[in-house]
Formats: sequence, structure tokens, C-alpha cells
Amino acid sequence: MFGLLWLIPALPLAGFAALALAGPRLGRRASAVVGAGTAAAAAAVCAAIAIRFFESPPPGHAFAQTLWTWISVDGFSPRIELYLDPLSLVMALVVTFVGFLILLYSAEFMEEDEAYSRFFAYLDLFIASMLTLLLAKNLLLLYLGWEGVGLCSYLLIGFWYKDPANGRAARKAFIVTRVGDTAMAIGLFLLFTRLGTLDIPSMLRAAASQWTQGSNLAAAAAALLLGGALGKSAQLPLQTWLPDAMAGPTPVSALIHAATMVTAGVYLIARMHLLFALAPAVQAAVAVIGAATLLYAGCAALAQSDIKRVLAYSTISQIGYMFLALGAGAWSAAIFHFMTHAFFKSLLFLAAGAVILALRDEHNMFKMGGLRRAMPLTFWTFLIASCSLCGLPFVTAGFYSKDMILSAAWGSRWGGRWLCAAGMAGVLLTAAYTFRMVFLTFFGPMRARPERKPGLRMSIPLAALAALSVVGGCVELPHYLGGAPLFSDFLRSVFVPMPQDGSGTVTPLQIEILLQLLAALLLLLGVYLAYVFVLAMPGWSARLAMTRAGGALHRFWLAGWGFDALYDRLFVRPFVRAAEINRRDFADSIFAGVAEANVRLHRALSQTETGVLRWYAMGIALGAIITILIAVFA
Amino acid sequence: MILTWCILIPFAAGVLAWLLARRSVIACRWISLLAPAASFGLALWAGANGDAQGRCLVEFKVPWIPAWGISFSLTMDGVSLVLVLLTNFLSVLAVAASWRGIQERVGFFHFNLMWVTAAISGGFLATDLFLFYVFWEVMLVPLYFLIVLWGHERRIYAAIKFFIFTQASGLLMLVGILGLYFIHGRAAGVYTFDYRALLNTPMSSSAALWLFMAFFAAFAVKLPAVPVHTWLPDAHSEAPTAGSVILAGLVLKVGAYGLLRFAVPLFPGAAAVLSPYIMTLAVVGILYGALLAFGQRDLKRLVAYTSVSHMGFVLLGIFAWNAMALNGAVAVMVAHGVSTGALFILVGQLYERVHTHDLNRMGGLWETAPRLGGFTLFFALASLGLPGTANFVGEFLVLLGTYRVNIALAAVAALGLVAAVIYALWIVQRVFHGPNRERWRFADLTPRETAIAAALVAVALWLGLYPAPLLRTIGPALQQPLPYQPETRPPELTLAEPKARGLDRAQHVGPERTISEAAGGGTH
Repeated sequence: MFGLLWLIPALPLAGFAALALAGPRLGRRASAVVGAGTAAAAAAVCAAIAIRFFESPPPGHAFAQTLWTWISVDGFSPRIELYLDPLSLVMALVVTFVGFLILLYSAEFMEEDEAYSRFFAYLDLFIASMLTLLLAKNLLLLYLGWEGVGLCSYLLIGFWYKDPANGRAARKAFIVTRVGDTAMAIGLFLLFTRLGTLDIPSMLRAAASQWTQGSNLAAAAAALLLGGALGKSAQLPLQTWLPDAMAGPTPVSALIHAATMVTAGVYLIARMHLLFALAPAVQAAVAVIGAATLLYAGCAALAQSDIKRVLAYSTISQIGYMFLALGAGAWSAAIFHFMTHAFFKSLLFLAAGAVILALRDEHNMFKMGGLRRAMPLTFWTFLIASCSLCGLPFVTAGFYSKDMILSAAWGSRWGGRWLCAAGMAGVLLTAAYTFRMVFLTFFGPMRARPERKPGLRMSIPLAALAALSVVGGCVELPHYLGGAPLFSDFLRSVFVPMPQDGSGTVTPLQIEILLQLLAALLLLLGVYLAYVFVLAMPGWSARLAMTRAGGALHRFWLAGWGFDALYDRLFVRPFVRAAEINRRDFADSIFAGVAEANVRLHRALSQTETGVLRWYAMGIALGAIITILIAVFA
Repeated sequence: MILTWCILIPFAAGVLAWLLARRSVIACRWISLLAPAASFGLALWAGANGDAQGRCLVEFKVPWIPAWGISFSLTMDGVSLVLVLLTNFLSVLAVAASWRGIQERVGFFHFNLMWVTAAISGGFLATDLFLFYVFWEVMLVPLYFLIVLWGHERRIYAAIKFFIFTQASGLLMLVGILGLYFIHGRAAGVYTFDYRALLNTPMSSSAALWLFMAFFAAFAVKLPAVPVHTWLPDAHSEAPTAGSVILAGLVLKVGAYGLLRFAVPLFPGAAAVLSPYIMTLAVVGILYGALLAFGQRDLKRLVAYTSVSHMGFVLLGIFAWNAMALNGAVAVMVAHGVSTGALFILVGQLYERVHTHDLNRMGGLWETAPRLGGFTLFFALASLGLPGTANFVGEFLVLLGTYRVNIALAAVAALGLVAAVIYALWIVQRVFHGPNRERWRFADLTPRETAIAAALVAVALWLGLYPAPLLRTIGPALQQPLPYQPETRPPELTLAEPKARGLDRAQHVGPERTISEAAGGGTH
């Protein structure tokens, strides 16, 4: 059974190849069948392998499958080798299932689009790359998947290529993440040069035996890998590309820019957690960056008017929670939140997509409103996902994963109170921006009439993801509810508790319950504030925006705290300017100068060829005199 | 003798094609297509039957001008084999790509193409310095004609510039060759141009330095290295498609090969002394070339400048001089030949349709030519070093090898990966994306054009995902870097040993040694 592992990435890849080679000749129906069908097949294989894994796990809870040796030079021999352990299994399951649902949704969503088969080809390539990333046994193969998903992200953000703005957003995404990827590549050079291998399990063993905790090399390696993770997962300071990435079709935003690709950074850190445990300073940085990012993005989300940009900032903020968990050493909490987030955030995007489609590509929430009766299924699924995002106690999956992160943050060895406070403030912000969005879109007066309702192929994914957003938390119920931590137990073989890792102390039960109470109160407060400002007293927010400070803050948050302008001034404009100034290549002017000097000399000497005999005679005489003088005096 | 045939076939085919063209143009084209294919097959056969264990696969040597110690001496090791195969492969594609585009003086065109192919093959095989110089010069003249007769608007300027740059630096190399000849002759009493005899010639370090610089000048111009790269954008962008393919794909490789085969092995001490400066120059080239590429408004010039950036990786890898970096450098040479050759072919196919290279007049072409767009996208991605393509394998190995020698330079060179994304995606954006302002409408690639591009895609993917055959072939030739092992060099100049900078020095001694031992163990 485990021998079929290679099929999981190979099936979507085959789908891509078929769609790329046959192209539009395949026809719409066949394109959708090939596109979604290969993803479904991958999901089925993945599920079968997962069942087998639960029943009788392979020895050591890990299974490796070597396909071929990729490169072999002078002791550097990375292989194309897949690795299945509980961590990659969980991630692959989520990716294949959510991926399949989103492809199914796309079959209807993209129906009117002329480049139907190209869309499915790119999505299949994305799923194949993402699975390669997750299942890679060595870091170089992981890097292949890593760049592959970046490529697909670029292709799909710029899918509607006729608008130059989309192309700009796509290139921005590729370039900004590539900055992080370059740091990661240097990290690979360091790891290989010092540890002699890029094979993840043996590399981590070598690191643990050769580097002491807190050694500079471990810190440098972890920091460089973190650079890659920050780019891919859109964390400060490399977050600027994600809001613009919303230029892509909505299913793309759901799959790539919410559920899967952007969490690759979380996966990388979780996969390399032994290395990060050796570098406590870097791990602390992970937590601080996560906390800062979740607050940053929460505030920015409050000011957006484009529904997809709200969701984009929300994604940045939720990944901030995951980073916070990673920094606190709560590895399985981060992966748990990844899973629940994949469910509810992709659902939010898909439901928002249904609204956008119904309102003829309208993204502005202030032009929506009152859709609750016109689009009941969309409304209810959106509401469920919103509750899960805010972490509504007990009934939603998001509650359980966020609770785990908050109590882990409290128990973190380092600055736990502050990290927890940031997480709590994030709860308030999340509730406020989420319900601002819900109220603006589905309540109040109806400002535009929906033209269509989602059909079957769009409704099934909505319903399925809504169900998962509710029950997805049951795999990890807290002890006081009589549940068992099935999820963490399953991941225990990956995240072996170690005395020296950063997991800190276990938060006592009373404090955990207190924290939950506080979080619930903040959630209610957030919803209430959103209610007051959006529905009850809409004039208040307008008046607030009229004041000088309020207006400035609104603009500041709307522009994502001015990062774009800053980077534009610091990097983009100088680069473009330098390229423009130097278009004709400064170095060439040296040679052109030599050529020019020769031409001038030629002209000057030609002038002496006058044909006047007297001049020539004088020249001869002068030359003779000078020669004689030199001969006499030298 | 097989090696001689490898060179003779294209030479003869060139003459035959010229003569036949008056009667039948199509026969002329077919002969030019088949001759490099035959050479390709012969070289492959020779390589497969060669002594796989040793460094040298096949040898051929007859005296030529014995009075001066000149012999007609050809040797093929793994690196030569790969480069000869690349030469003939690209030559076939260059002929195929000119099938429709070249309609004037067809015979003479193919004569030039065949002669330059033969001369380049000869350059990759020659192990007599005089013979190498002869091939070096023979390469130049047909290329000059290709640019002058079939080029674009500024072809005469470009051809003369190319000729002067190459010729001036080539003469420096000739001076270097003669200097080495006399120094060796005086010391050993035997005057010879034989490469193997000249290796390990004892000489003063200042003499070595001067001679090395004479060789380096010639190869740096061909490569090209900043700041003597300025002939390249003119020559590449003014040449006809086949000429650009040959220039970018092959002629630049002769420069790299010269450094690898002649300049460094003949003067290892001088190379070691200068290597920090040359590596810095290489890194400057990587970034400067990328910046220049991004600034261009002419599509062909843009592609031309990307070569400056990519060849910077080759230069960096050669002077990092360890097995990893050298393998990487040769892999980049092959990968660049394929990907940039492909880009020039695609640009040529586009030009045949829109008759312009002006980026401002393009845009939105995906709609009308998705196949052309798809192939261009693929090679733009190869150009930016996307994993899975051959370019990634090469660039990664170069950087990994450089990291062992100089961490700072490796890190700065890695910034080239970001710069490459900027210019590569700019190509796709300006040509295929955005609105189709000029309302271009034309037919997508024909089956012939699709086949050319598909062949190149297949090679790029094959070498990107399964480069083992390539690395196995070139590995033995690079494993014991020709004449000098690290221990024969002064210890303080040793390049192959990693220099620890910064990061806790005391700690890394242990693992470091195990790695170099492990690496050493793997090689024998």
C-alpha cells in the first residue's frame, strides 16, 4: 500500500501534462474531468494510505520511497525520495481533499472563462508541486516543490493576463517570495557544507549531535530557513505580496493563498523543528514575528473594503498565530491550526467567490449587503466559517486550535504573557474584522441584486467545508471536555517531546479555562463593536473616519501600514532607475570612447594632408631638426 | 580518427552545401542538417566506446609541423564529449530554425554555419595549443560573415565590434602561447605546443602571472566577463537567429572551456593568486548583466544580456575550483546553451511574424500564439533557474561549491537568483501578457518550429530532473582537476579548502574535516 506513495504527486502531475499537451482541444468537460479527476484520485490514494497508516503504521512511523538519484557530485547526492510520516500525511490529506473540493468548485466557477483547460492545468501542477514539497525527504526536493508552488502561484495570480495590474501582482508575489527563497538556498548551502547531507532525518540527527543548543551555526541555519518561511507564508517583513495576490481567480485564492501554499513556511519550520530547537533565539524570533504579524494584519483587515483583501489580511494574521505556536514550541498546535484554518478559510473564500460571481465581479463590500435571504446557503456557510475563524467556543473547529495556541503561548518559556496578550488582542481584532465583513455583506440594505446562485458543483464544496469547519476540531478535544488529544498523539512520533526543546511548561487547567473565558469575552466584544459600527450606528464609523487622526489611521491601515510605499522607494524605484540610466551600458562607453578618440585622431591627421607643398616641406624640415636635436642631446 | 571525422564532416558538408545550393536549395539544407547530426552520432559512439574509467576517452595525434613541435592532436574527455554533443545538437537546431527565415545566399549561409560548427568542435577537442589557436581563428571569420550578411539593422557595426574584440584578445592569447612555448622550450630543451607537455612548465611566478593574464584576456572576452562584455549584446542582437544560437550557445562556451582546460591548468599558481579578484568580477557580472537585461527595450538585446549574467556563474564556478563548482560550471554551460539557444530561436520565430524586436510594440501575444508563449515561458523559467530545469542543477552546484570557498561571494551571487526572476518574468509580461495594443494576429508555431522547441524542452527537463548521465560523463574529467591537485599548490592559496569566516571557528573544525574526508572518500 505504501508503495503507491509516488502516485500522490504523480497523479496531478499527469493531469497537468495531459492538459498542457492537449490544451483546449480537450474541450471543457474533459478538461474539468481530467483536472478534478486526477486530484480526486490523488485524494483517494492518500486516504487509502492514511487508513493503512492508522491501522498498522510502518516501523518507526515513517516510510521512505526512493525513486531515483537526482544529482550525484562529490558526496552531494540528493535523491528524488518521498517520505511519509504523520506530519506529511496530515498535510497531504488536507491538501488533496481541500484541493479536490476547490477544483470541483472551479469547474462551475470558471465555466465562462475562455482559458478553462489552462486553469485546470495550472491547478493540477500546483497540487503536484505542493505534494512534492510535503512529501520530500530531502531539502533539495522540498526546494523543488517550494519553487514549483511559487511558480504556480505566479501563473495563477496572473491568470487573467490581459490586465497589466494582474501581471504586476503576480510578479510581485514571485519576486518577494524569491527573496525569501534565496535566503533559504543559502541556508541549504550552509547546512550541506557543515552537516554533509540534505536528507532531512539524517541532517537533523547530525545537527543534534554536532551543534550544541544556541550555537551560532544552528542559529544562522535556522534564521536562513526562516527567511524562506517568511516569504512563502507572508509574514513580516515579506508579507506585502499576499494582499495583491487576490488578483487571481477566487478558487486560487482559496487553495493557494489561504489553505495550502502560504502555510508551507509553517510546514518547513515544523519539519525542521529540531533545528529550531537548537536555536532558541531564532525560535523566539519566530514567536515575536508571528505575534507582530497577527496584530499588523488584523488591524489592516479592519480598514479594507475589498472582501478578498479582508480575507487575505486575515490569512496573514492566522498564519501569524501558527508562527506564534511554532515559536512557543507548540508544534502540533500549529499544524492543528493549519488544518482547521485550511477548512474555514478556504470556505470563506469560496463563499465570497459565490458572492462575487453573483454580483458580477463585485469585490467592494460596501456595494454588497442584505444577501442573507437571497443566498442562504452561501450566507450560512460563510457564517459558519466566520465563527470558526473567530473561534466561537465549543461548536467550531477554530476554537479548539486557537485555544491550544493561546494556552501554549502562555506556557512559553520566554515572554509567554506578552505573546498570549498579543494572541488575545488578535482575538478581538479577528472578531471585529470578520463580523464587519459578515454584516456588510449579508446584513443591512441590499445594494445589489445577485444574478445567480451557486449550482451543485459549487454547493457541495461549500457544504463539505462547512461541515469540516465545525467538526474538524473533534480530533483534539481538551481534557476537561472529556476528549482525547488524538491529533497530537498522532503527531507524537514526529514531535517527540524533548527536555531541551522550547515547549516550556504545561499551562495549568485553571489558567487554560480562564484564558478561554477571556477569549470568549473578547470575541463577543469584537462582534458587538462590529455590530455597533456597521449596523446599529453606521454614522459613527463615518464620523470617526472624518476626524484627522481617524482618517489618517484608516488610510495607513488600508495601505497595509505603508509597507508597499516603503519598499517601492527603497528597492523598486532605485532598481528600475538604475536599469534605465544604465540602459546603454556604462561599460560600453569606455570602448566607444576609444573608438571615438581614434576617429578624431584620424580626422585630425587627415587635416594635415592638404596637398600644399610648402607645408610638407616645413614638416620635413621640422622633423629633421627635432631628430638631430634628439640625437645630439639625448 | 573518429575525432577527426567529427570535425571533417561539417567542414566538408559546408563546402558541399555551398556548391549544391545553386542546383538545389533543399539539398543544401538537408546536408547541413544531417552533417552535424552525423557528427553528433559519431561523437556519442566514440564516447560510449571510450575508456570510461580514465579521464581521456579517445585520443588522436599525428605530427603536423614537426619542425616547430606542432601536431594535429585531438583528445576527448568527458567535458569535451559533452560540449561537442552540445555543439552539433545546437547546430542541427540552428539549421532547422533557419529553414524558412534564410532565403538569400543560402549556400554561403550554410557554408558559414558548418564551418563555425566544425571549428568550435575542433576547439573543444584540440590538445595542441597551436591547433587550438587555429580553430579559434577559423571560428571567427564565418561568424563575422553570418552577422554582416544576414544580420539586422546595425549589423556592420556589430560585426566589426565583435571582430575587433575577439581578434585583439585572441592576439594576446597568441602572445601567451608563444611565451609559454619559448619558456618551456628553454627549460626543457624541447620546443612543442603539446598541451600535456606544457602542463607543469616551471617558470617564475611573475612570468606565469603575465602569461595567465594573456590567456585570461582572450577567454574573458569570449566568455564574456564584465567589463569586456560589450561586444556581446550588439553581436547577439544583430546576428540572424542561427548566428545568435551559435554565439550564445557555443562560442561563449569556448571561452569557458578555454579557462577550464588551458588558462587555469597551465598556470595554476597565477590562477590561484588572482582567483579572488576574478570571482568578484564574476559576481559583479551576474548582477550587472541582470540589471542591464532588465533595462532593455529590445527583446533580443534583453536575452543577450542574460547571457552575461549566466556566464558569470560559469566564471564563478571555474575559479571556485572544486569538484562541485566545476561540475556546476559545466552544467551551467550546457544548460545555458540549451535555454538561451532556445530563447533566441523563439525570439527569431516571433520576429518572423511581427518583424520587430521592440518590446514596446509587443504585448498580449499569448492570445494569438499560446504555444509560442508556453515555450517562451518555459525557457524564461529555465533562465531564472527554476528547480527541475538544467539551469538549476548547474547554478545550485556552482553556488554550493563557491560557498565552500567564499561564503560572502556565494551569498551575493545568490542575489542573482532574485535578479533573474525580475528580467525573466519581464520578458513574459512584455511580450505575452498585458493588452494586445497593436492587435497582432498571426499563426502559432508550425509543426517544424514546435518540434525544435519541444526537443529543447525535453533536454532542459531531462538534465534538470535526471542529470546523472551528464554528471557521470563530465565527473571523471573534473574530479582530479587536470594537472594540479590542491596539495601541489602553496597551502595558503589552496582554493578547495573551505575558509571559515565568522561563525564559531572553534566549533566547526570537527564536522568540517569529516565532510572533506567524506567528500574525498567519495571521489576515489
